[in-house]
Amino acid sequence: MNEPTKTQPRIGVYICHCGTNIAGVVDCKAVAETAAQYPNVVVSRDYKYMCSDPGQALIQQDIKEHKLDRIVVSSCSPLLHEHTFRGACEKGGLNPYCFQMVNIREHDSWVHEKGAAATDKAKDLTRAAVSRVAHHKPLETKTTPIHPDVMIVGGGIAGIQAALTLANAGQHVYLVEREPTIGGYMAKFDKTFPTLDCAACILTPKMSAVGAHPNITLWTYSEVAKVDGFVGNYKVVVKRKPRYIIEDLCVGCNECVTACVFKEGKFEDEFNMGLSKRKPVYMPFPQATPPIVLIDPETCINVKTGKCKKTCVEACGDRQAIDFTQKAEMKEVQVGTIILATGFQPFDAKRIPQYGYGIYPNVYTSLEIERLVNASGPTEGHVVLRDGKTKPKSVGIVHCVGSRDNKTHRWCSRVCCMYSMKLAHLIKHHTDAEVFNFYIDIRAPGKGYEEFYEKLQEEGVHFIRGRVAEVTDWQMSKEEEGKLVIRVEDTLAGFVRRIPVDMVVLAVGLEPHADSQDVRRQFNISCSTEGWFLERHPKLAPVNTFTDGIFIAGACQGPKDIPDTVAQAGAAAAEALSLIKAGSIELEPNTAFVVAEECSGCKTCIPMCPYTAISRDDVKKVAVINEALCKGCGTCVAACPSGAIKQNLFDDDEITSEIEAILAK
Amino acid sequence: MAIKQTIKYDSERDKSFPQEIMSRPGCEKLYGCIQCGTCSATCPVSTYMDYTPRQLMALTRAGFKKEALGSLTIWLCASCYACTVECPKEIKITDIMYALKRQAIQEGIYPKRFPIPVLAREFYNMVRSKGRVTENFLAVMMFLKSNPIAAIKTWKLGLNLMRTGRFAYKLDSMKQPAKMATLLDKADTGWKGGAR
Amino acid sequence: MKFSYFPGCSLKGSGRAYEESLLPVLSALGVELEELDDWNCCGATAYMAVSDAAGYVLAARNLALAEQKKQDLVAPCSGCYLVLNKCQHYAAEYPDVATRVQETLKRDNLTYKGTTKVRHPLDILVNDIGLDAIKKRVTNPLKGFKIAPYYGCQIIRPYATFDDQHNPVTMDKLFKALGAEVVTYPLKTRCCGGSLTGTVTEVGQNMSYILLREAMRRGANVLATTCPLCQFNLDAYQGDISSDYHESVKMPIVYFTQLMGLAFGLPAEKIGLQRCIVPMDLKPAAALAK
Ligand SMILES: Cc1cc2nc3c(=O)[nH]c(=O)nc-3n(C[C@H](O)[C@H](O)[C@H](O)COP(=O)(O)OP(=O)(O)OC[C@H]3O[C@@H](n4cnc5c(N)ncnc54)[C@H](O)[C@@H]3O)c2cc1C
Ligand code: SF4
Ligand code: SF4
Repeated sequence: MNEPTKTQPRIGVYICHCGTNIAGVVDCKAVAETAAQYPNVVVSRDYKYMCSDPGQALIQQDIKEHKLDRIVVSSCSPLLHEHTFRGACEKGGLNPYCFQMVNIREHDSWVHEKGAAATDKAKDLTRAAVSRVAHHKPLETKTTPIHPDVMIVGGGIAGIQAALTLANAGQHVYLVEREPTIGGYMAKFDKTFPTLDCAACILTPKMSAVGAHPNITLWTYSEVAKVDGFVGNYKVVVKRKPRYIIEDLCVGCNECVTACVFKEGKFEDEFNMGLSKRKPVYMPFPQATPPIVLIDPETCINVKTGKCKKTCVEACGDRQAIDFTQKAEMKEVQVGTIILATGFQPFDAKRIPQYGYGIYPNVYTSLEIERLVNASGPTEGHVVLRDGKTKPKSVGIVHCVGSRDNKTHRWCSRVCCMYSMKLAHLIKHHTDAEVFNFYIDIRAPGKGYEEFYEKLQEEGVHFIRGRVAEVTDWQMSKEEEGKLVIRVEDTLAGFVRRIPVDMVVLAVGLEPHADSQDVRRQFNISCSTEGWFLERHPKLAPVNTFTDGIFIAGACQGPKDIPDTVAQAGAAAAEALSLIKAGSIELEPNTAFVVAEECSGCKTCIPMCPYTAISRDDVKKVAVINEALCKGCGTCVAACPSGAIKQNLFDDDEITSEIEAILAK
Repeated sequence: MAIKQTIKYDSERDKSFPQEIMSRPGCEKLYGCIQCGTCSATCPVSTYMDYTPRQLMALTRAGFKKEALGSLTIWLCASCYACTVECPKEIKITDIMYALKRQAIQEGIYPKRFPIPVLAREFYNMVRSKGRVTENFLAVMMFLKSNPIAAIKTWKLGLNLMRTGRFAYKLDSMKQPAKMATLLDKADTGWKGGAR
Repeated sequence: MKFSYFPGCSLKGSGRAYEESLLPVLSALGVELEELDDWNCCGATAYMAVSDAAGYVLAARNLALAEQKKQDLVAPCSGCYLVLNKCQHYAAEYPDVATRVQETLKRDNLTYKGTTKVRHPLDILVNDIGLDAIKKRVTNPLKGFKIAPYYGCQIIRPYATFDDQHNPVTMDKLFKALGAEVVTYPLKTRCCGGSLTGTVTEVGQNMSYILLREAMRRGANVLATTCPLCQFNLDAYQGDISSDYHESVKMPIVYFTQLMGLAFGLPAEKIGLQRCIVPMDLKPAAALAK
């Protein structure tokens, strides 16, 4: 190895063109020529693609030929290629930390116009890195073991799929679901596009497999309360809300439900989107997993007042599964990796008052219709208006409700065109009504999707290309009396139409959960501004996050259909498995350490550390930092009044020399 | 019925037209139109227009200047802003309509005896000379210059206004109306449209 | 409370009943309006169609006059309210517009900074004075009045400053406070036809017809408006509409301020009610009893 010397460093500088990404704006050759003049620079080059094999070979060759002991590459984001170039240094026989990367793409060429100023900025940043790298010291990489257990948060189809994949591979999985049952939105559907296979037939076997799997610990009606630790070694606290039922004793006979003092359901049934009523004790739906009941504390008389005859307890009899003394329970587990699969929430149709949801009773959301067409739904599959008996003769399905709209959500929700066509087919099938689809563009890009669209056209469903302006009940003519009127431009015909219908279905879009920002903070991952969890790279690392060991799958990452969700869930499981199989992971050596001689033992740093990595050695009366817990945030370094804490890669010399060089013109 | 070819050739486009319109305040987002038709369906007047507002957006951004400036649509627009509020791409259609109207007047391409551009011009002139507008005088001017016969039909309305004391017998005016003309001419001189 | 007051051309002309009711009602609630000295026409919709620069200058001159007084400016006419607000918005967003306006106004020894707020009387009534204070003034509750609250376009579009763009409710609340019944009126923000009614009559009158017929269908016995042009369009052509559509269309059209005046016990001729072409029954409750 070329040993770096503090006295006379030999630095190599490489300016990457990134094709035209950088070279289109920054004069790379000029930057390289100027950099050649900087102190201690022995070699300075520009090259088309530094990350390519020949680019890396260039570095390796120069290290040998020119006895370089430090390297600076000015190219893209360290997030993308710091690893690559450190690897090149190592292969060339240099300690990988005797390297500094400069981002002249995201920080320069992508955000500035072509010209001298952009080139000057690249020179300034490179000069600062040259000055800094002279102070870099060789560091040792540490590794940490990966705990083999996995936690999955969210039990929709994404969570279910990932859990089964991992459990079948022999890993132990904790599946945490907030609702009383797993299944997510898919459990509410009757059929799925484009094949129209029965959702229950393909989902419920997977749900019960989860329930029965020896490698899966299923915690429903539960939420993650706290996450500590780091990749390979996460400590998670899960709060299990009391369901007032002892899970192991309940056999799901529903006798307590029949016996409840409420003779009829009285409260909005969440699973049926409020289209039916349930009792305080209930099972969300017959195939719920786990197949047991729960008691809703908000509506149960006994939980609220303690004054109820408790006919449920009587009905349960010897099984004694009901326990009104149950309290929330905290479970703490150790896992190595975590998969977030928390899904989406439907857009609130009331936000677009022009569409009349909540104003006109026969305006429905698509999810309500999913329940209406469902044989096990509130009407046993009869599509009827809110009066409970009238079959609609004409139905309008409004696409893009809360999608492609700058005032609500800009994105396309991806599944609404397809599910609207599915619902059109099912409604027509159930009622023989005339069905209109109002769309801006039909988006049917999946396998078999365009063919499904064709089939619907052949079935005689009307497709009107126009975004609906208003659903209203003011009328212009006799034919509109007692109807809901849809005002829309038939853009292909080129005129405005008023179409009277009996039922309106709003194809609500998909949006991130209202609490997505809280969840993201809890797990220390990033979110897009809208609230979708952010993948590490949109193409090359779609299920990874910027936090090692935490993966994402399904609609929590962005709107997607079931096939894509399942594919992503498999990918997330595979990524977790690959960490588990490797057994350990390399850690950045950017940890902090205490120079014992300089520590006064004042304890200022201890409460400052967000990762509780600092303790006090009471014998030596100094602070000690647990390197495995330290994440290199630098808080303690800044806080120490004696300047006794140092941090690898963020040494005072390194930082000040960088600042000085960037200020010196 | 005469049969006409409806095909358009590329030479009929004015390629600088869309840029010209988009350089006017409020008109910048024209290219963002997704042709969804929300504007047309929202518009209370679109049922009478020769091109729907959506079609007008398409014509304008494709550079079909003659069609856009010669349309009745821009003159039928009642400036109610319903479209502007509903457009999912936040295009200020009403302001684009205004820009098109101004351009049509400047270039003299508007339906000559159609009362609305005539009203706009008469309004402009009355404010320029008096600083204020007196409605029934304005109406008379408009009818004289567009459709004198229609004026006669309004006699009943006139009587009703007189009966209820809502008819003005003399032109209202500012104290010093003369300064308005200078002010307004100064405002117009060399004005390029105020691009952002 | 004291404001500068911009009546606009209509309130001095065919819409004078608006001014005649607005001033006494506001003064009964302790609001003083000081008419801008030598104001000019706001430019209305027509000006924008000929020259935008001149249009902004027209509006800005009035704003500058109010700025001199350091007062917020009350603009009761929807058209004026919109044009004045629009001028503020564009001058703030487009430096070119602001410069042009400022440089032109220098000629008239005026300066425009954009510091004056443009207010609508409805906004002041409900948000500054408050419904409770208004309720206290009611001596003659509007029993038997079934009011279709018609906001029209320009006081809430495109700059929704004091109410919801899709379902404004300020007037609804106000009329309930006056003891009246408010009918559900889904067309409350649909355009009345604006200047089309006088220019391309078949179009404008069709638009008015739709509004009038729906108000009748909903069982209203009066339609309340906030704008002199809406009042004119809906009031003045009912005879023509009835004969064109072979349907008896009859609906009194009054300003919300006239209804307030009535509830405050002001005499009908002091609040311009005699100026309605379609007269309003002052005691609909009695009519109901009959
Ligand atoms: C009306 C409609 C019809 C559709 N029809 C089809 C179709 O026919 N075919 C098709 O392919 N796709 C369809 N889709 C899309 C489909 O619903 C999604 O692709 C699928 O539900 C995504 O699965 P998921 O597991 O990612 O999310 P979800 O189904 O949303 O499941 C997420 C789960 O995580 C739980 N959760 C959320 N937050 C937390 C938390 N903080 N802690 C613990 N648990 C949490 C939720 O309770 C839920 O159980 C349709 C969508 C809609 C709206
Ligand atoms: S509403 Fe907007 S996006 Fe849609 S057609 Fe009209 S201008 Fe274009
Ligand atoms: S502003 Fe003009 S184009 Fe837009 S909805 Fe109103 S009348 Fe129609």
